[in-house]
Amino acid sequence: MPDTHFYRYDDYDRTLLSERVEQFRDQVRRRLAGELTEEQFKPLRLTNGLYLQLHAYMLRIAIPYGTLSSRQLRKLAEIARKYDRGYGHFTTRQNLQLNWIKLEDAPDAIAALAEVDMHAIQTSGNVIRNTTADHFAGAAADEIEDPRVWCEIIRQWSTLHPEFSFLPRKFKIAITGSPNDRAAVRVHDVGLRLWRNPEGQVGFEVIVGGGLGRTPIIGKTIREFLPKDELLAYLEAVLRVYNRYGRRDNIYKARIKILVHEIGVEKMREEVEAEFVQNKDTSLRLDPQTIEAISSQFAPPALSHRSAVVGAVEALKLENRDFALWLKSNTAPHRMAGYRIVTASLKPAGAPPGDASSAQMEGVADIADAYSQGEVRVSHEQNLVLPHVAVEDLPAVYAALERLGFAEANVGKITDIIACPGLDYCALANARSIPVAQSISNHFASLAKQHDIGDLKIKISGCINACGHHHVGHIGILGVDKNGVELYQISLGGDVDFGKTSLGDIIGPAVGADRVVEAVDALVATYLERRDEGERFVDTYRRLGVEPFKERVYATV
Amino acid sequence: MPLYKEGSIAPIAADDQLAPLPLADWLKAPTQAVMLANTDVLDPLKNHMGRLKLIALQFPKYTDGRAYSQARLLRSRLGYRGELRATGDVLRDQLPFLLRCGFDSFESNQAGFGPALARARTLFSVVYQSSSDDRAPAALLRLKLRNATAEALAAD
Repeated sequence: MPDTHFYRYDDYDRTLLSERVEQFRDQVRRRLAGELTEEQFKPLRLTNGLYLQLHAYMLRIAIPYGTLSSRQLRKLAEIARKYDRGYGHFTTRQNLQLNWIKLEDAPDAIAALAEVDMHAIQTSGNVIRNTTADHFAGAAADEIEDPRVWCEIIRQWSTLHPEFSFLPRKFKIAITGSPNDRAAVRVHDVGLRLWRNPEGQVGFEVIVGGGLGRTPIIGKTIREFLPKDELLAYLEAVLRVYNRYGRRDNIYKARIKILVHEIGVEKMREEVEAEFVQNKDTSLRLDPQTIEAISSQFAPPALSHRSAVVGAVEALKLENRDFALWLKSNTAPHRMAGYRIVTASLKPAGAPPGDASSAQMEGVADIADAYSQGEVRVSHEQNLVLPHVAVEDLPAVYAALERLGFAEANVGKITDIIACPGLDYCALANARSIPVAQSISNHFASLAKQHDIGDLKIKISGCINACGHHHVGHIGILGVDKNGVELYQISLGGDVDFGKTSLGDIIGPAVGADRVVEAVDALVATYLERRDEGERFVDTYRRLGVEPFKERVYATV
Repeated sequence: MPLYKEGSIAPIAADDQLAPLPLADWLKAPTQAVMLANTDVLDPLKNHMGRLKLIALQFPKYTDGRAYSQARLLRSRLGYRGELRATGDVLRDQLPFLLRCGFDSFESNQAGFGPALARARTLFSVVYQSSSDDRAPAALLRLKLRNATAEALAAD
């Protein structure tokens, strides 16, 4: 099995994980013995990833920076089979959720994770959550630096942080190392963007107070350029300001975005900088050797020279139209000629977005071992990624993915839908999300049609907490409850691309569940009739405004 | 409410001479002991670090973590060395965090709190970040280990 090309745990990491498992085992024992009330137990289980859903406990497993080895993925499959119903759900935060965990099994499930250096620490609760990153990190052609180095530094710093374990609300950090932001850094509590300044140094733009949820807000830049070694000093300053001044009187107003909104970005910057001045040049400053030691573990795999143009691939393109479409939509440029980044679509026609069975996970792990340096990524768009595939191997990888049902050529297309678990699982939801995604997916199943429609992101949330990111969907769909009836509100024009981040506009009254597909069809038909050469759906929308789309939807629905 | 300190499993008696006053009252006539709300700013205490022997901080609910930041600022920035007491809704599962932020006395009604305090420092032998205790984070230990190995190799 190939070595991993990302952070490898040492004895310190493993000791901490096993001590954490034992601490949690004791907490569960005390809960089951009645020594802890549910109210007292709740924050403890949440910070171990255990969330109470509609029907059962859900275990949310952290996949730091969305990077997995094949060995880890196989272990996840095993845990899903042993402690759950043999499948899992990959989420928009690059985590894996198991939906049917028993409380008394949870410590053993977590202990099994620790066997492969994984955990569920701080995947829920009012704490610093798992830091997310560009899923193409370390492989993308457009990358300035690998953001995962910094995610790992943040992972260690934030894990069981004594000062920030009881924050006003959850706190999410995302990092991108590319000018093309694939990590949605403008809609996180803190977004970090690595960039090279005119002097040639690489540092962070620090963005604060973005987020979706009930009050969608696009984050504001409070630091144009932060030297990399002061990252923790700066984050500690942001968190301290938030911990002290964030609202605790109303959970819907407790995120840092509300604090920034209420005091203004200028005041926020002033407060953070005042704290930062005291923090910098202290032990929080990262030692160059520490940075180097972690960076070196993310050194890219030594890929052998492979041919960029392969006759067999060109021949198959002509012969098999689906393969040709797949190459276009599901593979992306690799930093090295002769290689591509392959996205395995977890959105086959009519399936719940992001779900994978244990057998499918094992299948992907096998493909990764054979063709992708034993490495797999989870994207925030709920797909799996094989980061280092030789062009020559693409036909074999395509065939293997096809056998798993993960070769749908729809990445970035209308059926590559993001959806939250919705009312089928979630206690917060007002409406179902998955069945809506499934009917849209079935309706637009034709690949030729999807590729004609082009890039179009549909995002569906089952309630205003917006786990499906509907605010930033080109087409956003929000489930609402009106007197016990599930209705769906449609918005247009959302986007998370860097520099173009925008929130969608609601087009009009919500429509019934049976009308959502017709409405989407009307939107698409309007686009196809009115688009200019080379325009994506969202570009046409921006040019024309809401009226023609709205008219068409409400004329048909 | 029962008061605990490390070194005793049973609750200990509070020192009557050190009854903390709320900040507003204390400011009128500073004594050796003050009680802060978790919204109080620390600036007025700045010049009294030598005088103060007890500062009591409050956890109105155990999920309200503002006093952790107050504790860290008192210990690490203002250099406070006296007793730092956690009061209010204080539960044993907070202890690893409280100890690391510099608290050294605890009021709690929870059964089993004393024995839990006695074991609290043994729960985690590794920490990942520096705080207001003197524990070296893993990153620093790794650095020392690397340097020691390099020196040993050089000496060979």
